[in-house]
Amino acid sequence: MNITITVNGEERALDVTGHESLLSVLRNDLELPGTKDACEQGECGSCTVVFDGEAVCSCLVMAADADGSSVTTVEGVASDGHLHPVQEAMLAEGAVQCGFCTPGFVVAGSHLLESNPHPSEMELKEALSGNICRCTGYGAILRAFDTVTGEGS
Amino acid sequence: MTTRHKSVVKGGIGTSVLRPDGGPKVVGKFEYASDLSSGGMLWGATLRSPHAHARLLKIDIAPAVAMVGVRAVLTQDDVRGEPLFGQEEQDQPVLCDGVARYWGEPVAVVAADDEETARLAAAAIVVEWEPLAPLVDPDKAADEGSTFRDLTVKRGNEAATGSVVVEGFYETATQDQAPLGPEAGLAVPDGLGGLDLYVTSQWVHVDHRQIITCLDMEPDQIRCHPAGIGGAFGSREDISLHIHVAMLSLATGRPVKMVYDRSESFVGHVKRHPSRMWYRHEADEDGRLVKVEARLILDGGAYAHTSRAVIANAAYFAVGPYNCDNVIVEASAVKTNNPPCGAMRGFGAVQASFGSEMQMDRLAEALDMDPLELRRRNFLAAGDPLATSGQIIDGSLPTLAVLDAVESIPLPVDTIEDDPRLLPGGTGLTTPASSVVRGVGYAVNIKNLAFSEGFDDYSEARAVMTTGGVEVHTAAMEVGQGLVTVCQQIARTILGTDDVDVVWDDTSQIGSAGSTSASRQTQMTGGAVHAASVGLRDKILEAHGGDELLDDGVYLRGELVATIEEVCADGPVENHVRFRHPETFPPDENGLGDIHAGFVVSAHRAVVDVDPELGLVRVVQVDTAQDVGKALNPQAIVGQLEGGTLQGVGLAVMEQLVVDDGVIKNPTFTDYLIPTFVDAPAVNTRVIEEGDHFGPFGAKGIGESPTISSTPAVVAAIRAATGKDLTRVPVLPEDIIGI
Repeated sequence: MNITITVNGEERALDVTGHESLLSVLRNDLELPGTKDACEQGECGSCTVVFDGEAVCSCLVMAADADGSSVTTVEGVASDGHLHPVQEAMLAEGAVQCGFCTPGFVVAGSHLLESNPHPSEMELKEALSGNICRCTGYGAILRAFDTVTGEGS
Repeated sequence: MTTRHKSVVKGGIGTSVLRPDGGPKVVGKFEYASDLSSGGMLWGATLRSPHAHARLLKIDIAPAVAMVGVRAVLTQDDVRGEPLFGQEEQDQPVLCDGVARYWGEPVAVVAADDEETARLAAAAIVVEWEPLAPLVDPDKAADEGSTFRDLTVKRGNEAATGSVVVEGFYETATQDQAPLGPEAGLAVPDGLGGLDLYVTSQWVHVDHRQIITCLDMEPDQIRCHPAGIGGAFGSREDISLHIHVAMLSLATGRPVKMVYDRSESFVGHVKRHPSRMWYRHEADEDGRLVKVEARLILDGGAYAHTSRAVIANAAYFAVGPYNCDNVIVEASAVKTNNPPCGAMRGFGAVQASFGSEMQMDRLAEALDMDPLELRRRNFLAAGDPLATSGQIIDGSLPTLAVLDAVESIPLPVDTIEDDPRLLPGGTGLTTPASSVVRGVGYAVNIKNLAFSEGFDDYSEARAVMTTGGVEVHTAAMEVGQGLVTVCQQIARTILGTDDVDVVWDDTSQIGSAGSTSASRQTQMTGGAVHAASVGLRDKILEAHGGDELLDDGVYLRGELVATIEEVCADGPVENHVRFRHPETFPPDENGLGDIHAGFVVSAHRAVVDVDPELGLVRVVQVDTAQDVGKALNPQAIVGQLEGGTLQGVGLAVMEQLVVDDGVIKNPTFTDYLIPTFVDAPAVNTRVIEEGDHFGPFGAKGIGESPTISSTPAVVAAIRAATGKDLTRVPVLPEDIIGI
């Protein structure tokens, strides 16, 4: 079926099959491989995008259901060539190792801070508990967000 | 004459400089192997055995071949070179050779126009199987002599006895590396009958050797390129889809891509060996170890992979970082029809450390002694013989310092808050704060650095001075740990310039860097980059009569005598080295000798809250002190310590692959639990810098050490909280409740 999605501010029209996920369409059809495919069960958060204002796992959204929606991927988080503060902080604090979870944390974290600019440590951990990181042990990610929210030194 | 304009480079060793691949990673532009594509590309898929052990009676590929969009369907009959592959022992068929020996063993591969067609076509292949009884009991395998390696270590006097004796059985579950990036690869024909391969790997040269052998091709016909890796932890040290994707590309003459989905990834890579261990420790009344005996059985599953080296590590680190003159260890890596096991962070030392540290706690209890005091009475130091092999420890070994440092870290406040999010079980469960008890436990571990037992272990690097800056060439795999940054830092410090690029060469452009495993790349490829850079600097200084190299040229007594343009007047200047660590030797008939190149120690202290009625655990804080030799990048070290510690916590309280009659029951992230942000304890870290005897600036590798004693420290803390005699990891609620 033919659908139209606004991705990172740009309207994109495409033809999808009934069983394709938004993740698959982003990666394979729209050439936006920044959104990562790691479990396809909504467990790891690697494929997080902002979908009509909500941070969701794009592997759990049917592409056909995304018709008319607005989607922000990791490629759309930086603006005018400037990194988002979450991206800057993750770099500076060593929160990026293999980096496969990083797009999900960037999208979920920057989205969280829009509605809650000063989350408590527990609020932050809960909000990001759907994003698995296998490398860092989360310490550097926590420190990165602390520097953005003013909690850190 | 220009005089010196600066003498200190930015981003040299000792600084927490930003990693060069971090920028692309935060904006989603870093290219992982699963992101690659090529014009006219086909997709590959794999048909796998539904049985842990079965005879393949008949295979009918016709239904798959007949499907629209299918371009190739290949079986073992299509393997044109050696039919078997394997890193240490060539024992695994590229595709099923008539008998499937584990659940999920590849049987056939398909290339089709798109991923879905490829998977449907693989499923359309009709196979007639005759199920056979699988051998899944590791004890039975050991009794029957079904082993990859039996290793006995006998040192000292067998008849020695101590007045205090503790004995126990211990088990560790199968742990999966669960890297977030799946196995992925792209094969691209070069138009001359050869291929360029971009596959997730920890060691492209050892892949290359196996691939050309099975494809019956000349070395220069296949080039293995380092590809972007989403974590490894040992899972990529062995071949997964490499040969399959190459075969499909050769058969079709087109680029072919393969990517495992998560369930396939769980069956498609080797795992941490599950273990069964018996230990007997004897000590004198002062707590000094007199004799340690151990019987270790690690289940290697169906094929050898690195089991021979893993079982040696388990055997040699069976006593931990302690002095003991009388040791008998009998260790076997058994061959079964369980999922194949191989490398995972800690590589045999994890299992042995769990058993031996539990024993030390039991011994402390029997002696009515503080567990830390017992460890201090027995600690192993530089100059002492390793209890198992008898090898005198050559480099640094700050066992006592890591114990002291971890003990000195402040404990968390001793109040248990009545916030359900901070209680064992979290918001979904019903632990009241009044039911919670807190426990504290310690553990310490030792492991070898780099390859052992006489293996010719080396890494090649080439440092190149150009007018556009320095290039450092290597084929070492960056898997996320930050090797790329450390290589830059070393070259910057030696060559006096900030402008250093690390260039990943393929297998045709440079020799092997060895595996990104065994905690070896900082010392081995770091050592190679150091040696290549020193040689390049000296060559340039000698050619131009200088005494110092800076980023604008060669200086003599503070005055510029040749610019970089003059240095490179005849083109780039380069220096290529092959770096080796001190020679090691195979064990003698008693399992003794100078088997290892170097050693590393670390200690952990865990604080847990436990609800003993519901059997729930919250790991509150795990602190660690790490022997690093020299801290080349302090921030990257903290990242390794925190991440490694959490993988150890995972094994302690939640991670286990459930294998029933050879079948993996939980090959998904829904059912194989990995610690999340809310499961992760606070981790405080300390580093001890005592330079080692090889490697750049005295640095040691620290990739594995932080995982090893994290697990026993957490279990010790749960034991301290509950008084339960816990002997298996992960510790599950039923173990604590005692059902």
